[in-house]
This record gives sequence, C-alpha cells and structure tokens, in this order.
Amino acid sequence: MDKMPKWADIVLIPLISLFLAAFFSALVILAIGENPIEALKLMVDGALMRSAGWGYTLYYATNFIFTGLAVSVAFHARLFNIGGEGQAMLGGLGVALACLYIDWPHWSLAILGASVGAACFGALWALIPAYLQAKRGSHIVITTIMFNFIAAAILNYVLVELLRPVGAMDPASAKFPEAVHLPTFQDMFSTEGSKLFRGAPANVTFFLALAACVIVWLLMWRTKLGYQIRAFGHSESGALYAGISPVRITVIAMLISGALAGMMSVNTTMGESERLILNSTEGAGFIGIAVALMGRNHPFGVLLAAILFGFLYQGGAELALWTSIPRELIVVIQALVILFTGALDNMVREPLEKLFIAMRRRNA
Amino acid sequence: MDFLTLLQVLDTSVRLATPLLLACLAGLYSERSGVVDIGLEGKMLAAAFFSAAVAFYSGNAWVGLLAGVGASVALAVIHGLASVTFRGNQLISGVAINFLAAGMTVLVAQSWFRQGGRTPPLEGDARFNPIELPFAIGPSDATAADRPLSQLIAEAGPLQQFYSELISGHSSLVYLALLTVPATWWLLFRTRFGLRLRAVGENPAAVDTAGVSVVWLRYAAVLLCGVLCGVAGAYLSSALQAGFVKDMTAGRGFIALAALIFAKWRPVYALWACLLFGLFQALELRPDIIENVIGLKVQVQLLGALPYILTVVILAGFVGKAIPPKASAEPYIKER
Repeated sequence: MDKMPKWADIVLIPLISLFLAAFFSALVILAIGENPIEALKLMVDGALMRSAGWGYTLYYATNFIFTGLAVSVAFHARLFNIGGEGQAMLGGLGVALACLYIDWPHWSLAILGASVGAACFGALWALIPAYLQAKRGSHIVITTIMFNFIAAAILNYVLVELLRPVGAMDPASAKFPEAVHLPTFQDMFSTEGSKLFRGAPANVTFFLALAACVIVWLLMWRTKLGYQIRAFGHSESGALYAGISPVRITVIAMLISGALAGMMSVNTTMGESERLILNSTEGAGFIGIAVALMGRNHPFGVLLAAILFGFLYQGGAELALWTSIPRELIVVIQALVILFTGALDNMVREPLEKLFIAMRRRNA
Repeated sequence: MDFLTLLQVLDTSVRLATPLLLACLAGLYSERSGVVDIGLEGKMLAAAFFSAAVAFYSGNAWVGLLAGVGASVALAVIHGLASVTFRGNQLISGVAINFLAAGMTVLVAQSWFRQGGRTPPLEGDARFNPIELPFAIGPSDATAADRPLSQLIAEAGPLQQFYSELISGHSSLVYLALLTVPATWWLLFRTRFGLRLRAVGENPAAVDTAGVSVVWLRYAAVLLCGVLCGVAGAYLSSALQAGFVKDMTAGRGFIALAALIFAKWRPVYALWACLLFGLFQALELRPDIIENVIGLKVQVQLLGALPYILTVVILAGFVGKAIPPKASAEPYIKER
C-alpha cells in the first residue's frame, strides 16, 4: 500500500515546497530592506497584466520548457544531466550554421532545418558523456559539468575566430538573413486596431515547445522505448533482467535530453537575437533542473513550472527596473526552489507520510 | 624564455593554484566521507563576499576570514542537512547551494554597498599582504636601495632569484594552504578519525556496525569542507584580489573538483594537480610565452578548457583510472 494518496505526492508536496521557497524568498527581500508584497505586485503587474509582459514571460517559458524537458527525460532514466547549458550553447551553433549557410525560401522550412541542426548539435554534445557513463562508468554529472565549460570555450573560439564577420568587434556571428525571421507574437496576434505583445520576443517557437511537451509525453508513456527508459530508471537490475540494455538506454535517453536542450537555442538564437551571441543561454540550462524538479518530471508539470519561472524572470527584470532589488533575486528564488523541491524533499515528505498513515489508522 | 620569466610564471601559478588547492582539499574531506560536493563553487563565492565585506568594515583581513569561513560553513550545514539528515540528492543540493551563493552575494552586496554587486576595494590590513621571508629580496630592500624591485631581482644570482621570486613574497594563506596538504594526509591516513572517515565513504554499514556514528562523521567531513572552502574564498577576495566582484570564483570550484578527480582523491596528488591547473591559468594570462617556447600559437580558449578536458580523459579511464569512494553520493539508511 502506498504511504500516501497520489494527489498528495503530485500536488501537495510541490505546493508545500513552493510555499517554503516563497516564504524564504520573502524573508530575503525583507532582509535587504524591501517590501515583499510590493515586490510581488510589481512582478505580477510587469509580467502578467499587459500582453507585452506575457510576451516576455512566454518567451522565457519557451526556453525553460525545452531545458526542463531535457532534464526530466534524463531523470526518468535516473541520469542527472547538468549539461543542458553546454548542450544549448552547441545547439545555438547548430542553429547559426543552418541559418547562415543554407538559403531558406521561407521561415517555416528554416525553423525545421534549424531545429534539426540544434537537436543534432545538442545531442552530439550529450553523446560523449552518455557513452562514457554507459561504457566506462565515468560519472555523468561530472562529465556534463566539464562539458559545459568545454562548450563555452568552443563557442568562444568559434565566435571570435571563425564566425565573427570581418571588422566586427563583438564576438557574435553575422545577422541571419531576413528570410529566416520567425514571426513573433506581435506579428501573429496584432490586429489593425490594437497592437498586442508590442516588442516582446515571444515567437512561434513557443508552439514548437508545446509540441515537444506532447511528444515527450507520448514517448515516455505510450511507447516501448519510454517504458524501457522509465523501467531502467526505476531499477537498473530489473531492467537488465527484462532484457533492456543499459548502454542503449543511457545513450538514447541522453541523446533525447541533449537534443531537447539544444532546441532551446531555436528560441533564443533564431527567434530573438537573430544571430549567434556568446551568452545566449543565460543559465536556462540550469533552470531546467528547477523546472524538472518542480514539474515532477511530467511534461504538463514542466509546462506549468516553466511558465512560473518565465513569470519570475520577467517579474525579476521589472523589479530590477523599478526598485533597487537586483535581478539576482531570481537566482536566489531558483536556488530555494531547487533546494526545497529537490534536495530537502524528504524534509516535507516524511512528516506528511507520517500524518497520512496516522489518519488512516484513525479511520480504520 | 629566460630563467626569470619561468620563475615569474611559476610564481603566478602558485598564487592561482592556492584557491584551487584549498577547495580541492575541502572536497577531498567531503567526498572521502561519501558526500559528493558540487557546491564548492558556491561556498567559495559566499566566503569571498562575506570575508571582503567584513574585512572592509573591520579593517582586518583575519576578522574577514572568520566571517567568510562562517558563511561557507553555514552553506555546508545546509548541504549536511540535505544529504545526511534528510538523505536527499547530494548533487541537487550542491546545485542549489551554488545558485544560492551566486544570488545572495550580489543581493547583499547591492544592499550593503550599492556598487552593482561588488565591495569597495580593500586596502592595507584589510588584505592579506605578501610576507617577506628572511634573506629574500623584497619591497623593503627596494625602498632601502631606492631602486625598482624587478631590477634588484634581475641582478641577483639564480638561487636568490628562485628564493625571492618563487618562495618568498606570498600571502600567509598561500603557505597555510601548502601546509594543509601534509596536515590532511596525516589526518586522513595516520589518525583514527581519518581511518573512520575513509571507511564511512567506502562502507558506511561497516562503520555503523563498529558502533561509530555515520551521521557524526559525515557532518564532521562536510563542516571541514566548509572551513577550507571559506579560506579559499577569503583568499580570492582579500589576497589574490582586493575586494569582491560578482561571480569572482569563475568556475574555480569546478576546476577544484576536476583536480580532485585528477588526483584520485589523494592529498599529495591534489597538490600536483592544482599546481598543474594553476599553471594553465597562469599561461592563459601570458599566451605570448607559449608562443615563444613551442613556436606555435595556442588558443587561450584551449588553455582555459584544458583542465576540464584532462579530467574527462582521466574519468574515461584512458589514462589511469579514477575510482571514487565506493559509497559516494549514497545516503546511508540505518537498518532497523
């Protein structure tokens, strides 16, 4: 018999963890001499009360959906892919090469091509740590951390020495051609009379991210491969008995994870900056960890958590604009969410389990 | 390249290797007890800020050091709670600690100093100043002779150059870090505490059966790790540089982690690994030297990535095999 009902596991625990994270964030804001309620109001106003605010919120959410899905797919195979950042950086390189060197007739074809480029580069960057984990037993967390730094060095080299246009100063590629410009929410939803999402970077990639959620759900819960990945994550020895190859599952799960992380760059590089820049990932690869933990590794949960973090990001930018609270507040909140939903999970779970068992005894 | 340039590069290597060495030994205690710590970076960063801030207010670098160690130990306690008491995922806890430090340092710095997430520059006794060893040529000789120091050293004999340039003239924390290496070796391999600490990282159940508390040992290791990370952070902000700037650890915690693997979790190897990675960092600052010596232009990005690449190669087991303590990252659940 389960220790507690399923709804408590899926809804109650994340909510309590989130509440704890929010409570400590409020304390932090108080400690630096600001008013947490005022701060929250500013964040809601800036991120959710105007269509432009939503345009930013959903733009950030798009990144976090991809990286959150990436982390969660690896989590299902009990692999901790901390290398989303590096995979997304290299994914950006894939996007840039696809956009700069192929003559696309229309953006709809270009986004497919760029996605393939991003996914391939991201997956390739996850392949080596996956292979080393599966075949040589090198711990994937350490190798993916190292690969983040190596990716940053490669990107730096490629931008400074190879892709930078002659005479340009900043380490960035040339601007992508006009044909690969992705329609933004402003292009799509504005009517003659009213302009919606003015100037916001949210673009058609958001729908690609939604599609990725559905595809990951289908893959994980409706296919044999997904079943094998989850079985492997549940019990490696059990999976081995059932004839599931650990090497194959480790490599495939990491390839999918890397591809998803790489796809994030379609949003940032193709949808927003329209050229490859040095720091386009802005830590989104790491936020994927918080998103996957909060979303309980389920695509729908990831979607909700990604929108929450999108709100925090846009709200944090508004705070930095109107108050003296720096943007790093978001980093603190993100840390607290990871701490309470991930590392201190048992702190919330164990008392709750005891509570439910006690209640059941009384009812029986 | 002449002898003096070589000495200068090695001198810089020692300076840059010191924070790596302290953090690496910090990680060594933790990981030897079976608690993986990828939060070295965060603990160093928090210590760097709090030591610089308190040193600025108090005007005393040692008081700052204490504050830095305090901040680092506080984060270590969180890591201990998450990974020992609540048996959570140690890797996730480390990630959280890194972000907590990255955010909090800027937040508090902005609130205290309003200088965009930095502390004001440290001067005088608020910094750890270089120590001049006896018989070495140092700044005081230069003032006495009223000539530039570089000239005096250039005229000295090779042995005196070696002594004055490389051995003398570091801050006290550099010598402290070097002393920590034999101290760690002695503690881990020559004391009862060390034997138990290593045992708890390999087979906690056996230690438990022998009637020794697994929880206490792991907390001791995690706290020692916090203390050493604190010293590393204080060194960064008040000895290597004069004040805290945002994200000043710049991946050093991860290079230390890499060095720990490279050293196969052994203190003396850790010294060599950190000196090697310190040399890479020193050469990254002087790419012209490599070009002069081997006649090839080496990309600075390659030098920066070299510690990480070497670690992956070592981890892959192509050159020697790095085997971590057996109970790494596994919470211990007492049998009932």
